[in-house]
Amino acid sequence: MNRNRTKQHGHRHSLARNILLTILVVSITPMVLVSGIILYQFNVSHHDKVEAHIKELVQKHKQNIDFFLEEKLSDIRSLAKTFSFEELSDESFLEDRLALLQQQYRHVFVDVGVINNAGLQLAYAGPFKLGKALYSNASWFKDAMKSEYVISDVFLGLRGLPHFIVAVRDNWNGEPWILRSTIDFVAFNDLVENIRIGETGFAYILNKEGAFQTKPVHKILPNPGRYLEKISKDGEDTAIQIFEQPDEAGKKNIYASAELKGGDWILIYQQRASDAYSEFRKAFKLTILINLLGGLGIIIMAYFLSKRMVNRIDKLDKEKRMMNEQVVETGKLASVGELAAGIAHEINNPVAIMVEEAGWIEDLLEDEDLGKSKNVDEFKRALEQIRSQGKRCKEITHKLLSFARKTDSKVQEVDLNELIEEIVALSMQRAKYSNVTIKTDLQENLPALHVSQAEFQQVLLNLINNSLDALERKGGMIEVNSYTRDNSVIVEVTDNGPGIPKANLNRIFDPFFTTKPVGKGTGLGLSICYGIIKKLGGVIDVRSSIDRGTTFLVRLPSPGQVQIEDENEPGKEIHS
Amino acid sequence: MTLANVLLVDDEVAFVETMTKRLTKRELNIISAFSGQEAIEKLQKNQAVEVVILDVKMPGMHGIETLREIKRLYPLIEVIMLTGHATVESAIEGMKHGAFDYLMKPCDMDLLIEKVKEAASKKRKHEDKIIEARMREITSRRG
Repeated sequence: MNRNRTKQHGHRHSLARNILLTILVVSITPMVLVSGIILYQFNVSHHDKVEAHIKELVQKHKQNIDFFLEEKLSDIRSLAKTFSFEELSDESFLEDRLALLQQQYRHVFVDVGVINNAGLQLAYAGPFKLGKALYSNASWFKDAMKSEYVISDVFLGLRGLPHFIVAVRDNWNGEPWILRSTIDFVAFNDLVENIRIGETGFAYILNKEGAFQTKPVHKILPNPGRYLEKISKDGEDTAIQIFEQPDEAGKKNIYASAELKGGDWILIYQQRASDAYSEFRKAFKLTILINLLGGLGIIIMAYFLSKRMVNRIDKLDKEKRMMNEQVVETGKLASVGELAAGIAHEINNPVAIMVEEAGWIEDLLEDEDLGKSKNVDEFKRALEQIRSQGKRCKEITHKLLSFARKTDSKVQEVDLNELIEEIVALSMQRAKYSNVTIKTDLQENLPALHVSQAEFQQVLLNLINNSLDALERKGGMIEVNSYTRDNSVIVEVTDNGPGIPKANLNRIFDPFFTTKPVGKGTGLGLSICYGIIKKLGGVIDVRSSIDRGTTFLVRLPSPGQVQIEDENEPGKEIHS
Repeated sequence: MTLANVLLVDDEVAFVETMTKRLTKRELNIISAFSGQEAIEKLQKNQAVEVVILDVKMPGMHGIETLREIKRLYPLIEVIMLTGHATVESAIEGMKHGAFDYLMKPCDMDLLIEKVKEAASKKRKHEDKIIEARMREITSRRG
C-alpha cells in the first residue's frame, strides 16, 4: 500500500512535470519564434531604411556643397571676366565689388585680392591688411598658375585662421593674373555641420591626404586613416558608399562617403551604429522584455495550471477509488444476497421433505401399537425435535430470501411521521409483553420523502425490533424521534438497553453478524437496513454506550438533495 | 367418505409422495401431479377434485400460470398456494388470481388440513348455491 502510494506520487509528479513542460514548449516556442522572426524582419528593413536615409542625406549635402563651391567659384570668375585687370587692381573698386558680393552672400566672401603672376598681391579688399602679400609659395597659387580655377584645401594661411581660397586665373596683356577670394570658413563649415542625425551622427570633409577640411564638432575625433583606405580603394566610384566599421573605441560606426570637388575632397558622414539603429534597439529591448515577462507569466500560469490539473485528477482518482470501493461493497452485499437466496431456496425443499417425512413417521407411530415399547416417548421427542428444527431452518431461509428478494421499491411521497406512527402502533403489542414503553417525538411538518414505503417500513420495524430484543429481559423505554437538520431528515430510534460492546459496533451492519443466541437471529436485519438506506442516498449510523443504551440514526437527504451524497458519511466507515 | 378430493402439485417427487401419504392418512383423497401441465391433465380426468394444493415455484409451467389456467377451466375449484419463497408478492399475486390462500413451505400439517377443509367447504357451498339457483330457475320456469 505504502509503496503503491509512493509510486502513485511519483506518477503524479511526472504527470505534473509533463503538463508543465508541454504548456511551456507549446506557448513559449511560438512566442519566441514569432517575435524573433518579426524582430529579424524589422532589423533588415530598418537597416535598409536607415542606410537609405543616410545615403539620401549625404547625397543631398554633397550636391549642396558642390553647388556652394561652384557658385562661389563662378562668382569670382564672373568678377574676373567682367572687369579688367586694371579696374580690379584699383583697391577702392575692389572694395566696392567685395561689398556687393558680401551684400549678396552674407559675408561668405571674406576678402578679394588681385595677384600678379609672381604671386604678389597687387590689390586687396578685406578686413585684413594683406596688401602686397606674397603668395608665390602658396600651394593654391601654384595650382592656380597651372589650372584656370582653383579651390584650395583648408589651411591656416598668413592670418593663422582656417580658410580656403577660390582663385581664378586670367590673362591681361599676355601676362597671367589671379583673382582670389577667401571663403569664410565658418559659413562653409555650417553647411557640413548642419548634417546631424541622432546623438552621434555628424559629417566632415577630408581631402585626399585625410586632412580635415571642416571642423568636426563631435568630441570623439575620428581617425580618418582607418577607413580612408577603404574609400580610396574604390575611389573611382562617384556613388555614395556606405559601410560599417568599428572605430578606435571598438564601437561599431556607420560611415557614408561621397566625393566632392571632383574627387579632391570626401564628405564623410559618421554615426554610431547603436545610435543609427536606436529604434531597432528599442524594439529589440521591448521584445526581449515582453518575451521575458510573457515567459515568466507562462511559467507561473503553467505551474499553477498543472498543479491544479493534477490536483483535480487526484481528486477524481480518489473519488473513483471510493466509488469503486462502494461498488465492490454493494456488489459483495448483492452477491451474498443472491448466494443466500439460492441456498435458501435449494435447502427449503429438502427441509420440507425431511419435516414431512418426520411427520409421516409420527403419523405411523400413532397407528402402531407400540405402547409397550419404552422408546416410544423418545421417538416422539426426536420427531418433534426434527420438526421444530425444520421450522427453524424455514425461518432462516425465509429471512435469507427476503434479504435477497426485490421488494416493492416503488418510490413515492411518504409522510414519515405517519409511517413512524404506524410502525410504532404495530410494535406496541410486542412492547407490552416485554414491559417496554415506546415514546415518539416527531417534528411537525417534515418534508415528504421520496422513498419506498415498504422499504422504509422494513428499516424502521427492524430498528424497533432490535431495540425490543435488547430490552426484552429488563424492559425499558424506546424513543422514536424525527427532525430535520442541515437539509436532512433524521429519524432516531433510541433505547435505554444494555448497549452494544465496542468490538461489535463495527460489525453490526455486516450480513450474518448476530449476537443473538443460535436460532434466534439471522444477522441480516441491520444489513438489510443498511442496504436500503444506502440505496435511498442516506446514512445509517449507530451510537451506543454500555448500560446506557443505543441510538440508531437514519439520515435521509431532503427532497431535492437526493442525488448529493455526503462523502464523509460515518456509516461507510463503520461498514468498511 | 373422504374430507375432500385434493390434487397435490409439486415438482419435488419425495415431497409429493410423503404429503400424499400423510394427507391420505388424514382422510383426504389425494391425486398427485409433478408439474403444472400434468395438473391440468389430471383435473380433466378427475372432475371430482375440489381443492388444488399448488407449489408456486416449479420448472416449466410455474405456479401462477397453472393457477390461472385452473381458474380459467374450473372456476369453482379452490387453490391453496404453497410457497418456498417468503415472497409476499407472489402470494398476493396468487390471491389476486383467485387462490383461496397461501402457506409457506414447510407447512404445518394441521394448518394445511384446516385450510383444505375450509377451501373444500367453500367450494361445496358455491356448488350448492349454484345447484340451488339452478333448481330455483327450473322450478320457477315450471311454475
